[in-house]
Amino acid sequence: MSSSLSTVSYIGATILFILCLGGLSNQETSRRGNLYGMIGMAIAVVATIFGVQVTSAGLPYIVGAMAVGAATGLYLARMVQMTQMPELVAFMHSMVGLAAMLVGYANFVDPAVSVSLTPAENAIHEIEMYLGVLIGAVTFSGSVIAFGKLSGKITGKPVLLPGRHLLNLAGLLAVIYFGYAFVNAHSVADAMTPMIVMTVVALLFGVHMVMAIGGADMPVVVSMLNSYSGWAAAATGFMLNNDLLIVTGALVGSSGAILSYIMCAAMNRHFLSVIAGGFGTDSGASPSAGAVQPAGEVNPILAAETAELLRDAKNVIIVPGYGMAVAQAQHTVNEITQVLRAKGINVRFGIHPVAGRMPGHMNVLLAEAKVPYDIVFEMDELNDDFPTTDVAMVIGANDIVNPAAQDDPTSPIAGMPVLEVWKAKNSIVMKRSMASGYAGVDNPLFYKDNNRMLFGDAKKMLDEVLVALKAA
Amino acid sequence: MSLLIGVPREVFPGEKRVATVPEVVEKLIKLGFRVAVETGAGDAANFADDAYRAAGAEVVPTAAMLWAKSDIVFKVRPPSPEEVGLMRKDGVLVDFIWPAQNPELMQLLAAKKATVLAIDCLPRQLSRAQKMDALTSMAGVSGYRAVIEAANAFGRFFNGQITAAGKIPPAKVFIAGAGVAGLAAIGTAANLGAIVRANDTRSEVADQVVSLGGEFVKVNYEEEGSGGGGYAKVMSEGFQQAQREMYAKQARESDIIITTALIPGKPAPKLITADMVMSMRPGSVIVDMAAEQGGNCELTEPGKAVVKHGVTIVGYTDLASRLARQSSTLYSNNLFRLTEELCKTKDGVVDVNMEDDAIRGLTVIKDGTITWPAPPPKLPAAPPAAAKPAAVVPKAKGHGEASGPMAGTKTAVIFGTAALLFLLVGRFAPPSFLGHFTVFILACFVGYMVVWNVKPALHTPLMSVTNAVSSIIAIGALVQIAPDLSKISADLTRPEEWIRWLSVGAITLATINMFGGFAVTQRMLQMFRK
Repeated sequence: MSSSLSTVSYIGATILFILCLGGLSNQETSRRGNLYGMIGMAIAVVATIFGVQVTSAGLPYIVGAMAVGAATGLYLARMVQMTQMPELVAFMHSMVGLAAMLVGYANFVDPAVSVSLTPAENAIHEIEMYLGVLIGAVTFSGSVIAFGKLSGKITGKPVLLPGRHLLNLAGLLAVIYFGYAFVNAHSVADAMTPMIVMTVVALLFGVHMVMAIGGADMPVVVSMLNSYSGWAAAATGFMLNNDLLIVTGALVGSSGAILSYIMCAAMNRHFLSVIAGGFGTDSGASPSAGAVQPAGEVNPILAAETAELLRDAKNVIIVPGYGMAVAQAQHTVNEITQVLRAKGINVRFGIHPVAGRMPGHMNVLLAEAKVPYDIVFEMDELNDDFPTTDVAMVIGANDIVNPAAQDDPTSPIAGMPVLEVWKAKNSIVMKRSMASGYAGVDNPLFYKDNNRMLFGDAKKMLDEVLVALKAA
Repeated sequence: MSLLIGVPREVFPGEKRVATVPEVVEKLIKLGFRVAVETGAGDAANFADDAYRAAGAEVVPTAAMLWAKSDIVFKVRPPSPEEVGLMRKDGVLVDFIWPAQNPELMQLLAAKKATVLAIDCLPRQLSRAQKMDALTSMAGVSGYRAVIEAANAFGRFFNGQITAAGKIPPAKVFIAGAGVAGLAAIGTAANLGAIVRANDTRSEVADQVVSLGGEFVKVNYEEEGSGGGGYAKVMSEGFQQAQREMYAKQARESDIIITTALIPGKPAPKLITADMVMSMRPGSVIVDMAAEQGGNCELTEPGKAVVKHGVTIVGYTDLASRLARQSSTLYSNNLFRLTEELCKTKDGVVDVNMEDDAIRGLTVIKDGTITWPAPPPKLPAAPPAAAKPAAVVPKAKGHGEASGPMAGTKTAVIFGTAALLFLLVGRFAPPSFLGHFTVFILACFVGYMVVWNVKPALHTPLMSVTNAVSSIIAIGALVQIAPDLSKISADLTRPEEWIRWLSVGAITLATINMFGGFAVTQRMLQMFRK
């Protein structure tokens, strides 16, 4: 394959990747988008393998490595539970990060790449290499920690070291200093020390950064790591003078950045304050003196009564949260939905943008349970409909339905857009206990007169509701 | 020892309701009480003694026995002097009392050292009290029944029809007063297909009227008529003049008029004059729901349906009782909610907690001391005005929605920084770098444009697909694993093994991602269905 042919193939692959991302922004075109992505990837890989840059000596290794990788990847994709999607995505980000690190190192120890470079080009190339490894390392260690947090292997709470901002700053200075040493080093052996030190610092930085972020901020972290994995690919592209890598990396990087931005907007928080971590610990560890503590009593309800309320309703809105994912209750929710819809009750789902631990987490779970997507709505689409809703059922969510976000300017979550379930005629909140949500804010919704609490494991309680619904 | 709740048969002539239905008996027993019912108490409302027995109540043969053994008595109508005579000393009575209208009854009950909870004295403005609000539930039943009575007396269909036998115009119904009863009447009449208009001095109910399918008729005069506690107040003379004109017009046009106008503690306002009745078409119907308080129509005869000037004027005072089964069920549920408030410990013992606003309002006699009228309840701590400033909810800038232009200074700063950066790059970077840099910047913008409109439902698939796409990093490893070195320089010592295994590792990792990412995206997208 000639050099021109492989360049043209790269252009084709680039276009397919753009179509792929574009297609994914809409349900109707999403499957085709995914197909474009696969074709683009296949073209890119084949054009590279049979292009001028790879000799046949490498083929056995390539085939071997790809066979192992493909088998593992397909196995993982087949076996993963939909509730574990956030973990899988984080795990895969770490793969990209590690791969970027390895490619950077391989490039670093290869003297062939810098033979024909001018001094200025060489300096730039070294910076590119340095950055490539840096981003790769942060992505890798950050994703590993995110994976651990999402799968429950590490505590989901933010872990805050004293003086953590100073630590980060020191890390940054160290990275810059060793970068300077790296560029000025004369041989690979000389440059090895700064490179390794920087890698260690970057790995530690990734760990430290994600450890400090917890719970409900995880959607931001996951999409941010997604963005990083793109930037890592782009940096590698600069290093290797490969436009396909640059374009694809930039596409992924900017799309991940936008997703992070959307997530932050949904929580009415600034991106930097999410990344700085430690939500609620800086400003509002204890509610400020002026905050109105919700008072009054909580009205519990039984599963049978819940079924009765649902049966007598005309309009029902279900608001799922992370608790539904934890309890794996999405299938029961779907069955209840079907029973109610068969009775002519208008059942809809209201999804808050940051419900769950990953952008779009709830949608995926509901889709898995075969809830038709045309009854699943975003917050803005049905927030105005709550006053005409008879029953709003909140399953394992807390902060995203907290009226304090609107009523109480001193609340740590003040100004965050929330689903206004308290405007429905009745609301039912399913919860394991009265514990407050991730943000550590008490929820006045629970004390409202038109609210009932259904305590217990979401799955078990919903099963009881379903039995009661079917019995009648 | 758990207390005994007694439910006597209502003695008021024509009263068909009963204070507790079998379904609620079960709930009361679950609260820890025992329940006794006088034989035949539920007959008029179609609740047989056997149903009460099945629910766990004891059926007592005579009223005297029942009153004697009951610790707490649930009733509907205010007790007659004879009933008060039967009552046990120190007993508890839960009932409609109307203390303002029945001062003698209050004295009699106080003499009995009784504790009396008058369900009509509930502080309705407490939203917590809504579940116990029997006035509301009874008014709702009455409003419904008023329409049914009107339909019964009216000689035509309510809904308009075009049939082979000719065209039938829809009935025009006018409802005066859009309180609970009025709203129920609006909904019922609209459901039967009539054209419904309604008026109320409180302009804030206009939305509620419209939501039930009615049309709100304004009085051509500026004055707000909310008198607190959800009731209306007496209006000024000028307003009343304008209102009369409006009513006269409605009377000429309407087939059916249902009046529900009441002002607490005052006789009902006379809205419909004899002249207006005369102006109505023959066969028209007026249902006067305020008949008990003197009636909104001058010609109303309380308790009776009469025909005057060809117009049937229905003045029944027992509309709720005429739907006895329904109203009994609602009333007994209200009483049950009240009992829950009285017995928070669920052990069958009541605690009349005078610190509780709702219970304080209800309690008109406590252990023989008249405590009526209650001081106004402490209203919900935050007055509406105080909540306002907080409610400045920043409109969530939906993605995909065009966001407004940025502030000028901010834009200038961003452009300035970008210009400086580009200047630096242009000054120092070699040409070979700039080509890649161009591509990079353009690709960032393409990514931004392409992804900005993504639907939230697809966030997860999008992430997993971008993740799969980012495994393009494999290319980086591929080009390093075995490059054609002859073109570069022949005599180069290259750590072949190192590079090879690093690359093999990178390829494996990236391929896991590549295949896994696309496959799992595919799996997710398969699940999305309409």
